[in-house]
Amino acid sequence: MEAYERVLTARAKGRPSGLSFITNIFEDFVEFHGDRRFADDKAIVAGIARLCGMPVTVIAHEKGSDTQDKVERNFGSAHPEGYRKALRQMKLAEKFRRPVVCFIDTSGAFPGIGAEERGQAQAIAENLMEMMTLKTPILAVLIGEGGSGGALALSVSDEVWMLQNTIYSVISPEGCASILWKDVSRVKEAAESLRLTAEDLLELGVIERIIEEPEDFSEIYGYLREQMCETVSKNMALPVETLLDNRYKRFRKLGVREA
Amino acid sequence: MLEKGLFKKPNNPLEIHEKAVDAQQPSIPEEMCVSCPSCKETLFANELEENLSVCHSCGHHFRIGARQRIDIMLDPDTFTEFYGHMVSTNILRFPEYEKKLQKAADASGEKEAVVCGTGRIGGFSVAVFAMDHLFMMGSMGTVVGEKITRIFEYATENRLPVVGFTVSGGARMQEGILSLMQMAKTSAAVKRHSDAGNLYITVLTDPTSGGVTASFAMEGDVIVSEPKAFIGFAGPVVIEQTMRQKLPEGFQRAELLLEKGFVDDIVKRRDLKAYLARLLDLHRRGT
Repeated sequence: MEAYERVLTARAKGRPSGLSFITNIFEDFVEFHGDRRFADDKAIVAGIARLCGMPVTVIAHEKGSDTQDKVERNFGSAHPEGYRKALRQMKLAEKFRRPVVCFIDTSGAFPGIGAEERGQAQAIAENLMEMMTLKTPILAVLIGEGGSGGALALSVSDEVWMLQNTIYSVISPEGCASILWKDVSRVKEAAESLRLTAEDLLELGVIERIIEEPEDFSEIYGYLREQMCETVSKNMALPVETLLDNRYKRFRKLGVREA
Repeated sequence: MLEKGLFKKPNNPLEIHEKAVDAQQPSIPEEMCVSCPSCKETLFANELEENLSVCHSCGHHFRIGARQRIDIMLDPDTFTEFYGHMVSTNILRFPEYEKKLQKAADASGEKEAVVCGTGRIGGFSVAVFAMDHLFMMGSMGTVVGEKITRIFEYATENRLPVVGFTVSGGARMQEGILSLMQMAKTSAAVKRHSDAGNLYITVLTDPTSGGVTASFAMEGDVIVSEPKAFIGFAGPVVIEQTMRQKLPEGFQRAELLLEKGFVDDIVKRRDLKAYLARLLDLHRRGT
């Protein structure tokens, strides 16, 4: 499949959103709201649930179902409050030594006036720093669009998985074509050049696994439950120091390898 | 009614000739003069440089390259450059990237968009990094991310404070997802440096944006900015298109960030070195 087709599939209407993954994979989901500083950002859903009996913290971008829901959730584009809500839940996960599972699906952090005024960049930066040393396992799964800093702010983790038809990119192909070439019609070329498909990212060493998408999509939930349970349990058994050292090395190796 | 084009200068060879004559008239060669983009005052290049590239008339802070920044901020002859040999390659085979890298190198005289090393400020030993806007607007690819990560790791090992001068358009598109990953990688190194009890001061300069703001630029223990610097996550054009409205005056400028609580202070370039020395002194470790 061409890269740009992948972009369209990742964004396709009717693709299950964050909440579908949460409710279909976990049991006993309890949602918690708000960042305790400004507001509750509905673009990110957070709470606790059970994964094969084990309490876990779950966090997901949620693009919304119908039009009204989509508007309320800002199409999954979070404000700083969303990232701060996520971090608050992660800190609770650390306190109670629950693993964290994040589902990523966003076109990016919201580029708005309020978002800038309340420190969009600062909120993302803080998540990157804090997640890096969060003393509990973190697993991130891309279920749709992985849009730049807004996706990364929930993806600093021990492992990143991508569903087969998802993308993860530094910028949208549209943005890339318009900034670099001042020509949005070159979007396909941009998508190709950015190397944003799951296969690309696996090859570049940015992700650990590609999760195949079955024809009957609902089959994916059971498979993910099984795989997540295994990975999370394995990481829970590691001494915290080893876990964090592995997490550091995971990112440390990305990029230049020369001495 | 006035005819359209009545006040347009006639587009004929005589006009061109006239202009050419005009251009020869000023006694000062053009390269010795700079027009201040803020107050339009004509400034002598040498005087401007003596004034640390700040307009003597309105105080506008011109963008300066990494070397000039280091010259201004560090004690004379104390700077030792690290990792200066590192150059970017076109790892993703992105169209036209080699050409851009070459152009950037020619424009800036640098091998990459950040210069790292050690030196002294007011006698205090520091690890330092300074970004360069002339190299692809200070964008962060894998080499910039690696150099910044290394300088933090070096500073952690040697228990040195880090002083960083940021200027950046954000993550470098031509290195795709690997550029994005540099945000996490640098943040990891900053966190380790911080957890070991070391000081990190960020000086934001015009412009600091995108993935650099959303990582190490906003992770300092102390974050100060030069006056009127653009500091933001998203670009103003994108925000205007998204919000379908004009942005308010002074939006995403240092003064607004100070008001909103995202920078500790705004420090003029001429006061910056003394300010940094004072902070370094106040954070001196007991022996």
